[in-house]
Amino acid sequence: MEVPILKQGDYLIASIQAALTDQDLLMLRDELAERVGKYRSRGVIVDVTVLDVMDSFASRTLTATAHMLRLRGAETVIVGIQPEVAFAMVQLGLTLEGVNTMLDLEEGLAFLDRELKKRGRPRAK
Amino acid sequence: MPKQPPKERERLTTREAEKLRTEGTDRLLRELVAHLRENRTMLREEWARRITEAQLLTAMTKEEIFAEATSVYDNYVEVLETGSVEALQAYARNLSERIIPRGVETHEVLGIVLLLRDVLARSLFKKYQADFELLNRVLDAYEPAANRIANTVGVGFVQERERIIRQQQEAIRELSTPVLQVRERLLILPMIGVIDSQRARQLTEQVLRGIRMNRAKVVVMDITGVPAIDSNVANHLVQTVDASRLMGATVIVTGLSPEIAQTLVTIGVDLGKMNTVGDLQGGIEEAERLLGYKVELVRM
Repeated sequence: MEVPILKQGDYLIASIQAALTDQDLLMLRDELAERVGKYRSRGVIVDVTVLDVMDSFASRTLTATAHMLRLRGAETVIVGIQPEVAFAMVQLGLTLEGVNTMLDLEEGLAFLDRELKKRGRPRAK
Repeated sequence: MPKQPPKERERLTTREAEKLRTEGTDRLLRELVAHLRENRTMLREEWARRITEAQLLTAMTKEEIFAEATSVYDNYVEVLETGSVEALQAYARNLSERIIPRGVETHEVLGIVLLLRDVLARSLFKKYQADFELLNRVLDAYEPAANRIANTVGVGFVQERERIIRQQQEAIRELSTPVLQVRERLLILPMIGVIDSQRARQLTEQVLRGIRMNRAKVVVMDITGVPAIDSNVANHLVQTVDASRLMGATVIVTGLSPEIAQTLVTIGVDLGKMNTVGDLQGGIEEAERLLGYKVELVRM
């Protein structure tokens, strides 16, 4: 199932709607990398609220995506990891090293605003 | 039904004889009960004397011992008479409930029941000493019933103890670690007591749920009240920090005692990711800084 990617000002918001296959995840990664360049986005939010499981492939792909997008000029933040999912992930040693994570979409947006302000590139109105 | 001794079985083979023998046992038990009722006062006093002599139930007064001894004695005789241990079971449970909080030990309870068994057996020896054959048969009737009684009381006591232990464990688990919000988006977790893997796991889950529920950004875990930590628990601590980060919250660990600090360094836990501050006050101040609070002293 394809993940809808919404453009919101300087940010892209990928809101995952249902459990994803490995193929879907790779597609999401490629699509985001593509659109970040196309829209000159500065921030990307990946919302995983609906996922009730995050396996090693998903964490690896999301980590790689975040690093790729940083190289393309956008900061990435993963939001909405559920308590049970977080607990299961750390038990499997999946800690999304070097990736920003926030509680929910609202927090994610606030985080990106802060980050970009720090870098002296205020959000375009 | 009392277990048949092998000697009897050899002698009586037909069903008819078996029935006679069983009736014999019943009659003997009835006689036994009558004997015990008759000598109730004397035997009870003898028993209480032996209990004091053996220095059992030292947590109880003489009067209490005598009162309990009377109840146990009557229950005992009743079991011999009816063969049903249900009433005794209920009494044993009730007795255990009363005496366990006073520090009565298992060996004392077993000791007094075995003493009663001994006192009664001696009185039977005395009564039937002239007729060895009859004494033998009386003991055949008495022993299985007496064993069953000792068993019932002992098991009842131990079960009650275990129930209390389970209940307390449950209570410790439930109450030990509150997750408290002290400022908007700031939680503190004052951890107290020994932490095992199960509790550590539960703590982690509690923290994560707390973060979700209170939309917390910073969690201060205070382990001043934790006497020691092993590698499993340290690992759980690190996992809690990692999992909280996945949910967008920062964990500050405070109150690491010198012993715990040394343990963590010795077992080589990766503390690079852990944000530690000396004491709870420092932790809260650091958290306020992270959250952008500025606390000012206002003099009146």
